[in-house]
Amino acid sequence: MRNRPPFGVTIAAIAGLLFLHLPLAFIFLYAFTTEEKSYQFPPPGFTLQWFGVAWNRPDIWAALGLSVRVAAMATGIALILGTLAAAAVARHRFFGREAISLLITLPIALPGIVTGIALRAALNLADIPFSFWTIVIGHATFCIVVVYNNAVARLRRTQGSLIEASMDLGADGFQTFRHVVLPQLGTALFAGGMLAFALSFDEVIVTTFTAGQQQTLPIWMFSELIRPRQRPVTNVVAVMVIAVTLIPILAAYYLTRDAETVGGEGK
Amino acid sequence: MTDATIPAVRFRAVSRHFGETRAVDAVDLEIRAGEFFAMLGPSGSGKTTCLRLIAGFEQPSAGSIEIFGEHAEGVPPYRRSVNTVFQDYALFPHMTVGENVAYGLMVKGVGKAERTARARDMLALVKLAGFEARKPAQLSGGQRQRVALARALINHPKVLLLDEPLGALDLKLREQMQVELKSLQRSLGITFVFVTHDQGEALSMADRVAVFNAGKIAQIGAPEDIYERPQTRFVADFVGGSNVIEPDAAIRLGLPAGLYSLRPEKIVLGAGGLTGKVESLQYQGAHRRYVVAIGPDRLGVVTPASGPAFPVGATVALAIPDGAAHRMEGGA
Ligand SMILES: Nc1ncnc2c1ncn2[C@@H]1O[C@H](COP(=O)(O)OP(=O)(O)OP(=O)(O)O)[C@@H](O)[C@H]1O
Ligand SMILES: [Mg+2]
Repeated sequence: MRNRPPFGVTIAAIAGLLFLHLPLAFIFLYAFTTEEKSYQFPPPGFTLQWFGVAWNRPDIWAALGLSVRVAAMATGIALILGTLAAAAVARHRFFGREAISLLITLPIALPGIVTGIALRAALNLADIPFSFWTIVIGHATFCIVVVYNNAVARLRRTQGSLIEASMDLGADGFQTFRHVVLPQLGTALFAGGMLAFALSFDEVIVTTFTAGQQQTLPIWMFSELIRPRQRPVTNVVAVMVIAVTLIPILAAYYLTRDAETVGGEGK
Repeated sequence: MTDATIPAVRFRAVSRHFGETRAVDAVDLEIRAGEFFAMLGPSGSGKTTCLRLIAGFEQPSAGSIEIFGEHAEGVPPYRRSVNTVFQDYALFPHMTVGENVAYGLMVKGVGKAERTARARDMLALVKLAGFEARKPAQLSGGQRQRVALARALINHPKVLLLDEPLGALDLKLREQMQVELKSLQRSLGITFVFVTHDQGEALSMADRVAVFNAGKIAQIGAPEDIYERPQTRFVADFVGGSNVIEPDAAIRLGLPAGLYSLRPEKIVLGAGGLTGKVESLQYQGAHRRYVVAIGPDRLGVVTPASGPAFPVGATVALAIPDGAAHRMEGGA
């Protein structure tokens, strides 16, 4: 039998959850309000009109398109580089291995603002104009970390003897990677990719430093808040963003969870 | 097929050191083509490292290795005609049993139809016909072991390395697999190198046994040699069951001074120039096992159960026939 937590703890937990999720509820609420200038409580009336308005705004579509393309590209790059880095670090013992591991994971610990300033300075120095690719590079720095961490954890759990067995049976390094390592990595990479996509999709800080005049969806939302016009439209977009980022995060969560239980059964 | 005079595996002063640890230390070794060769030794004595040197997962720190007369240096594992049955089986969990067994053919580019057929034959050989579609997780330990065996044999290796393949099986299954492995080896004619720390297994299965101690080979020879004529105290102790007679005890027992091993079944009980007292008696079906105290010394004695029995506490005469005690190195 599980012990019941004390009453006080229950209250604290509920308060904590409310604190975390109540603001989200307000975002939903004001996506439907009839009042467009200010957020008054309770909303004077409810309407679905803002969804239609949002649908017809080309600037939203442009920002959404840019965000999706950036996230897809950054995730793609992260999948390739993160996997390779993980394979190198997990399989080989070499001088400075731990240092390299730390260097790869550092960008996620560094404040985004530092990464942003650093990238901006580097771009200025190299005289590279802002473009789609400068945003992608900024996002790739932390997307790689997510993929790398997932892949390394899975590789560490994969028995080394599987790789040796494959080599023993006549497979060279590439065949071993393709037929043994990659299938083992599959779900870990999928989960890492999903998380990377979600992270990139709603990134603001690094993006501000590397985007120039381009607007990704989060940046668009930020500018809308400062300059209020059809305020509930922002809320509509926020609801969409929540949906778009939540789905991959949930998928990643369930996938890695399942993989863990299956791995546990294996031996 | 292969010239019988060329050894399957030859080690010339091979060492493998890990920092301070001398896992394998200047080992000279010849494994003959077609023989069932056992490596026996306590934990950490370097058996697995020896296998990994043959398979190509480790490189010698010094010395050279030849496999069927060819220098193994720089040859990667996937180009050696050597296959391994791993101690933990190392079956690919995401593949079916059939795919596991066919793996070696797949990476060589053998067509799908042929490799499925050959995998099926291999599985039949290890008595697992019809298990193709299962996943390794759906097999018992003994079945996994057979899959690992079939997978390693499908490439027709010249040498099969087995690292404690029966360690994870229960006693009955282990005995059954011992018989099957032995007959498989005989019918295929492949050189088997079998690692174990179970002396009974090594002695009953192998044509020749190498006893490892701390990275060196303490003794190498036929099972009878190892059993009857251990060369060192370590071998006598590890192979077990023998009386080890220290030099001072040897003099008391009427032997020339020296370190001896003496098989308990070679001692004659009930007649002879020595007198002792029965300390314990165990009835073991076909035999009786005694411990007899002769002054300060104790000897284990085994007699056929058909002979006369001596109760605990009885005074008995006993004799060590000429040549029964085997002189070992050391002791002076
Ligand atoms: N990769 C390695 N790095 C450092 N030391 C190692 C390595 N591999 C083996 N050793 C050491 O070498 C020695 C021999 O190891 P080995 O695995 O060959 O023993 P073994 O005879 O197979 O033992 P067991 O019966 O326990 O399997 C041990 O002391 C072990 O700790
Ligand atoms: Mg071992």
